[in-house]
Amino acid sequence: MNPLELVRAEPGPAFTVTLDGREIEALPGQTVAAALWTAGVTSWRTTRGEGRPRGMFCGIGVCFDCLVTVNDRPNQRACLMPLRPGDAIRTQEGTGHDD
Amino acid sequence: MVGAACALYAARAGLDVIVVDRGPVAGGTTGAGEGNLLVSDKEPGPELELALLSGRLWTELAEEIGDAVEYEHKGGVVVASTSDGLEALETFATGQRAAGVEAVRVDAGRLRELEPHLAPGLAGGVLYPQDAQVMPTLAAAHLLRASGARLFTGAAVTEVLRGADGAVRGVRTGRGEIHAPHVVNAAGTWGGELAALAGVSLPVLPRRGFVLVTEPLPRRVHHKVYAADYVADVASDSAALQTSPVVEGTAAGPVLIGATRERVGFDRSLSLPALRALAKGATRLFPFLERVRAMRTYFGFRPYMPDHLPAIGPDARVPGLFHACGHEGAGIGLSTGTGQLIAQVLTGHAPELGLAPFRPDRFPASASTASTSDSEEAS
Repeated sequence: MNPLELVRAEPGPAFTVTLDGREIEALPGQTVAAALWTAGVTSWRTTRGEGRPRGMFCGIGVCFDCLVTVNDRPNQRACLMPLRPGDAIRTQEGTGHDD
Repeated sequence: MVGAACALYAARAGLDVIVVDRGPVAGGTTGAGEGNLLVSDKEPGPELELALLSGRLWTELAEEIGDAVEYEHKGGVVVASTSDGLEALETFATGQRAAGVEAVRVDAGRLRELEPHLAPGLAGGVLYPQDAQVMPTLAAAHLLRASGARLFTGAAVTEVLRGADGAVRGVRTGRGEIHAPHVVNAAGTWGGELAALAGVSLPVLPRRGFVLVTEPLPRRVHHKVYAADYVADVASDSAALQTSPVVEGTAAGPVLIGATRERVGFDRSLSLPALRALAKGATRLFPFLERVRAMRTYFGFRPYMPDHLPAIGPDARVPGLFHACGHEGAGIGLSTGTGQLIAQVLTGHAPELGLAPFRPDRFPASASTASTSDSEEAS
């Protein structure tokens, strides 16, 4: 079932954000993780030791597994961060910092 | 951690050891520390001698289990922001050198070579190559494993058993009695309560400390770096909040920012003023941290003794009772030497350091606090 119907949500109009330059749709109030899941993306980071794929795990801001780069700031928790129109999400490798 | 080290060295001295912990391994102060093995912050005296002995033992252990416990012989850099501060630091270092500490004066230009991301304009510093670090939870677990000791976790000691002659006969725990001729009180911050169960007073008080943890980063902080005021804070007797930035990278990537000290009992509430002071101090030392996210914070209760020295050795008031607690914020570092000394006295040998400064009965008797203990060994 569509979760919007389930809670009788009437969100405002969708807007566009980008994932690695590709446009995806997001709804007002949606988190980065929710928008990525809706777009069928379940992994957006690789671990710094072994390069393993990571996405959302706890979903409530505790585990820091869902880290992602948003608007050039690495290590944002995708499960907590609400999206705004035009936000640029980038998949993150390792620490997300270049050195 | 101290309990694990006592278990290791006692077992290696041929004793049969049982470790009793009221919680999980490293569930108390050990798991809330940074894992510092420091000589740099210690003035000449018994604690420094214990730190030097402990450092040598950590170096030996590192050959066996160094990788497993994330042992890093990284060295410490103490920095001064003014030339007066640098002179005071140099005077302190001169005394330490006479006591066997390696301390290399570093001028302002060379500081940036050691730590390229340090703030500009610092007057200089002193490099302490002997300072090292371990991951404390892993260290406690691996020392326990290496000891081969039997381990009872989740077993709080409810009674210290004593015979008609007053001597220790073992302990009663939530999981039954354990009989042993020697009981080592390594209950850390709760060591005073364990001592009280044996009928003696030991003034161990909690001193709360917060640590800030950043997001994982590529290595940008190479040594343990702290401001010269840290030494004065450690030695302070004040109950009020003291903050001096101590910044270090870790093998896993996050930068750890310590270290507040305040005596507020076992108050577990988050202190924003303490965290703000930490963040402010750290960004003053390393400006790049302004753009780095602090991911979380943790805190623990260090076992504070009124004279800043641990209690190590037999308790003359209760035959068979030994103490190994009260190391304040240095327990990970001082654990190996403490364990070695305890093993030596348990087996009837002369301890390689004089234990007089660490005598458990050196304080006037006073009312003790009450609740349960953290960890002990019966051997």
